[in-house]
Amino acid sequence: MASREEIVTGLADILNELAGVEQADVTEEKTFTDDLDVDSLSMVEVIMAAEDKFGVKIPDTEMQNLKTVGDAVSYIEANQK
Amino acid sequence: MTSVDVVVTGLGATSPLGGDVASTWDGMLNGRSGVSRLTTDWAAELPVQIAAALAVDPSEIIEKPKLRKMDRSEAIALIAAREAWADSGLAGSGLDLERLGVSIGSGIGGATTLLNQDDILEAQGARRVSPHTIPMLMPNGPAAFVGLELGAQAGVHCVASACATGAEAISLGLDLIRSGRADVVVAGGTEAVIHPLPMAGFASMRAMSTRNDDPERASRPWDKGRDGFVLGEGAGVVVLERAEHARARGAKIYARLAGSGITSDGYDIVQPHPQGAGAIRAIGKALRDAGVTGTDIVHVNAHATSTPVGDVAEIAALRAAVGTHPVVTATKSMTGHLLGAAGALESIATILSIRDSIVPPTINLDDPDDALDLDVAAHKARPLEIPAALNNSFGFGGHNVALVFTRA
Repeated sequence: MASREEIVTGLADILNELAGVEQADVTEEKTFTDDLDVDSLSMVEVIMAAEDKFGVKIPDTEMQNLKTVGDAVSYIEANQK
Repeated sequence: MTSVDVVVTGLGATSPLGGDVASTWDGMLNGRSGVSRLTTDWAAELPVQIAAALAVDPSEIIEKPKLRKMDRSEAIALIAAREAWADSGLAGSGLDLERLGVSIGSGIGGATTLLNQDDILEAQGARRVSPHTIPMLMPNGPAAFVGLELGAQAGVHCVASACATGAEAISLGLDLIRSGRADVVVAGGTEAVIHPLPMAGFASMRAMSTRNDDPERASRPWDKGRDGFVLGEGAGVVVLERAEHARARGAKIYARLAGSGITSDGYDIVQPHPQGAGAIRAIGKALRDAGVTGTDIVHVNAHATSTPVGDVAEIAALRAAVGTHPVVTATKSMTGHLLGAAGALESIATILSIRDSIVPPTINLDDPDDALDLDVAAHKARPLEIPAALNNSFGFGGHNVALVFTRA
């Protein structure tokens, strides 16, 4: 089970790899779209990579609720196996 | 003659000879071959194991997160367009972006993306197919990415006419400016399909050279030993501009795009007309459109791909439409055949020939075909004053495009 800090770090790595976001910019209060400038197609990739990394399923219906990094961390934390 | 003059104010390229126009041109003038043996595992299974790959990989130029969302053909179109745009001096010039158009095509398009994503679909399932797949494989993708980066709003266009694509895209740019729909058009072609499937397809047609043990000598237009084309990858982009617009801003002007002629053979899906009838008509149209005659053309950058039938048909067409006096060259002997980018890269060579008064060589022309009665700049570059030059491009499907460039 990954801790919140580990999930943030993992997401930061994914966002850096897939969308060119600086790891240091990835903090829980940031929004993916406005603050980190992740476009909608790249967001799909980020979710796919997060599923693989953390062993969770993030349904499409849930994706639209994940506005901030913290939202994603909370979902992953609650649903990881 | 039309009332609207169109000139070339910017050039950009990435090719098997170099990552920009200067290095590509230097490679051509020095008769360098960009062809080499493919070392990838998949190549060992193919009858054709040679190609002219890019001299500079796009990953050295475009930042990785952006590159991941682009097909290779899109990335290299963007690299060439950036160079041409910077060269034109239009950045920050106050150009009305509603007067800026883009016309960039590809012969095959995002085939490698399609094939790579199909591998993922088969192995990992639909949910793992990249969300970037469609914008990466759509044929208008290269034009759209360039238009997006430049903010072009007069229209972004994609033509597809196989190996005539680059030239037809430039011809469309000419039309867009002449018809008043744009003042500036970023125009050209791009191709990146060094992948086993397209190569196997061309090889099955027996269209490609199998001179695997001697790659630098495999592309040999008009030579008796020619046995097919060598696949190349790359992009060429020119900035076309309404002449008055260019002069008003004091732009550097390379040459005038004086005329264009387009015809279709109506003969065969892949074979050229044996006497080059469609090519003759295209060249004639281009000459008339430019207000010149065959006598005025002193240099021809030929299509000449190193195939047995096509090279001879073009000789016949040139003899009939222009005469045997021009100094002719086939730069594909060095770059290989860039398919949809060929007409654009060869337009750039033609333009630079006019600027520098020199014709790049046709390498590997050791034993000329008996039908060759043209004056070819064999082996070495040839100095030549060039007031007017012709660039030919022909494509599967029976497409014939001739462009006439003149000194500005």
